[in-house]
Amino acid sequence: MSPSPEITLHGIAAAPGIVTGKVFVYTKNVPHIEEKTVPPEDAEKEIERLQNAVARSEKELQKILSFAEQKIGNNKAKIFDAQIMILSDKILLDSIYKRIKKEHKNAEFIVHGEITKYQQLMLNSADEYMRERAHDVEDVKNRIIRNIQEQKLISRFEGGSIVVSQSLTPADTILFSRNEILGYATDMGGVTSHAALLSRSLKIPAVVGLKDVTAHVHTGDGMILDGYSGVIIVNPSEETILRYKRRGREMARFEHGLSELKELPAQTIDGKLIELSSNIEFADEIRFTKAQGSHGVGLYRAEGLLMGRDAFPSEEEQYKEYKAIAERVFPSKVIMRTFDIGGDKVVAQSYAEENPFLGWRGIRVALDRPETFLTQMRAMLRASTKKNIWVMFPMVSSLREVRKAKELVEKAKSSLRAEKIPFDEHLKIGVMIEVPSAAVLAGDIAKEVDFLSIGTNDLIQYLLAVDRGNDIVSQLYQEFEPAVILTIRHIIKEAHKNKIPVSMCGEMAGDPIATLLLLGLGLDEFSVIPSVLPEIKKIIRSVTLREAQKIAAKALTFSVHEEVKEFLVNNVKRLAPDIPLPG
Amino acid sequence: MIEKEIVIKNRAGLHTRPAATLVKMAAKYKAEFYIVKDGLEINAKSIIGVMTLAAEQGSKLLLRFDGEDEQEACAAIVGLFERGFDESLV
Repeated sequence: MSPSPEITLHGIAAAPGIVTGKVFVYTKNVPHIEEKTVPPEDAEKEIERLQNAVARSEKELQKILSFAEQKIGNNKAKIFDAQIMILSDKILLDSIYKRIKKEHKNAEFIVHGEITKYQQLMLNSADEYMRERAHDVEDVKNRIIRNIQEQKLISRFEGGSIVVSQSLTPADTILFSRNEILGYATDMGGVTSHAALLSRSLKIPAVVGLKDVTAHVHTGDGMILDGYSGVIIVNPSEETILRYKRRGREMARFEHGLSELKELPAQTIDGKLIELSSNIEFADEIRFTKAQGSHGVGLYRAEGLLMGRDAFPSEEEQYKEYKAIAERVFPSKVIMRTFDIGGDKVVAQSYAEENPFLGWRGIRVALDRPETFLTQMRAMLRASTKKNIWVMFPMVSSLREVRKAKELVEKAKSSLRAEKIPFDEHLKIGVMIEVPSAAVLAGDIAKEVDFLSIGTNDLIQYLLAVDRGNDIVSQLYQEFEPAVILTIRHIIKEAHKNKIPVSMCGEMAGDPIATLLLLGLGLDEFSVIPSVLPEIKKIIRSVTLREAQKIAAKALTFSVHEEVKEFLVNNVKRLAPDIPLPG
Repeated sequence: MIEKEIVIKNRAGLHTRPAATLVKMAAKYKAEFYIVKDGLEINAKSIIGVMTLAAEQGSKLLLRFDGEDEQEACAAIVGLFERGFDESLV
C-alpha cells in the first residue's frame, strides 16, 4: 500500500505549541428534533421530563465548572456560570412551560424554538464577541435537548490524540482535556472564541478556522499540529515529523527567553527604529498583540465585520468597531484596509466568475458600488478623531482607480463637514501594492498617496502566475525568486524617492528568513501575525542597518531562489543563532 | 416606576460575566427590572435576555425599575454599571 500523501492546511494559530499524534474526529450529535403533539392531559408529564433534563444538565455543568476551576482558576471558569444560570433562568423556563401547555407540543420542540429565538438575536450583533456567545447558548440548548431525549454524553475516548472537530464548545474543550488531549484542530472559530481562549489557558496547542479540516482526516490518521504558525499536516512523513519535533524544541527554548524582549523596541544595533506591527481582523485581538510586544496594527482586515451576514453593516456599526480599534491601539496607529471581497461574498451576483482571482474584487467592487464605499469611508473618518487611523485600498491596478477612490474619500469628507461631524482632516491614504501593474507604477502611485503597503501573498501569486492552492504548481510559489525581490526593491525605492514610507503586510513580512533582506532593502514597517512578533523583533535587534544592506545587495546577485534562501538562512544562523527557522 | 439612562463603561461591554453579575444583583430585589436598548426591551432578571442585548462599550441603555424597592434596586444597579462591573480593565 502506498502511503497517503502529506496534506498541509492553514488556519489560525489559537494556542502555541507543536504536537504530533493520532487524530480523533469528534462528530457532534446534533439532536434530532421532531415536532409532536402532546395531549393536554400529558402536558404536566412533558414539563416533568423537561425539569428532569434541566436538573441533569445542571449536574453535568456543575461537574464541568468544578473541573474547570481546578484547571484554569475560578475567574476563567466563570464562563460556565452563565450557562448554569441559563438553566435556572425562571423567566426563560416559565415561558417554555407556558408554551408547552398552550401549544400542546413536546418539550424538546418548544425548548429548541424558544432558545433559538435568543440565539438569533445574538447572531445579529455586530460584535464578534457577542456572536461567539450565541455558541454558548447553543451548547446549553443542545445539552437540555440531549437530556430530554435521555442520550448519553460522550466525553471520554482514548488519550493522547489530537481532537479534530467542526467546532468546539468551551465545555467540550474542558471535558476533553481530561483525556490528555494533545491538541485541538477545528473548522470554525477565531482567536477570540472561548475554545481558543480556554486552550491557551489549558496550554493545549490549537489551530482553529481551518475551514474544512474535518473533510480531510479520519480517526487514526497521523497529524502534526503547529499552534505557533497555525498549520496542520495530515499524514506527515518521517522526515517532516523529525523536522517539526526539532522546531517544537527550538520554539519552546526560544519562548523561554522571550519575556525580556517584550518591552524592547524593534531597533537595529545602530539605532534604526523599525515599525513592527500586527495583522488583525477583530478588535479583541489587540489584547493578544500587545501581550506579544507590538502596539500598532499594520493591517486591519475589515472583512471580519461581514462574517455570517448577507448585507453590509451600517455606518454606525462600522464606526463603533473602527473606533474601538483606534482607541485600543492609540497612541500607535492602525492601517485599515477597505473591504477586500469578491463581489459574491455579500452582494448577490447573477453568475459565478470563472476566475475570481482576476475578477471583481477589492477596489473594483468599491468603485462600482460607491454608496457602500462611501459608508465605509464615513465610518473610518468618523473614527479617526484621534488621528491614528490610516486607510488603504486593496487590489489597485491603475492610477485611475487611485484617483477615483481619493475623489470618493473627498466626497465622504465634505459630507461630514457639512454635517459638522469631526474627523482627521489629514487622514493618510495609501495603496496596497499586490497587483504587478501597481508595482510597476509604484513611483507614480507614490506621488499621489501618503504610504504604500506591499501585500506579498497576492503579489507573488500574480507576479509568478502561481496559484498557491493548486498542488500541481504550488512549489513554484517562492518568496525568494529574484523577480520577487527585484519587484520589492523597486517598490521601496520608488516610495522613498517620493518620501513616503512602505510597509509590508503579507506572510513574507513574518518569515524570519526574509527579515534581514527586507530590512536591507529599506522596508519601514513589518506587519505580521502576532505569534511571530518576538522572532522578527529579535532578528531586527541582531544586526546593523549597514550589514543588512550588504546582505540585501549580495542576495540580489543570486539567480536562483534556493541560493538566495540558503544565503539568508546562513546569515540568520550567524546573527541570531537561537531563532527557530521554519522548514 | 423609575427610569434611568446609562452608558456602558467597561471595555468588554455587557459580556458574559457582567451579565451574570447584573442578573444576580437584580434577583436580590422585588422590583421588576427591564432594560431597553435600541427599541428592544428585555427582562433584566433573565440571564439569556441580558446576553442578547449584545451591549458593547459606549452603548446607551434605559433601565426601568418598578416595585416597592425600586429606589434601592436602581441605586445598586446603577452603581454596578458605574464601577464597570468591578472587572479589571483587561
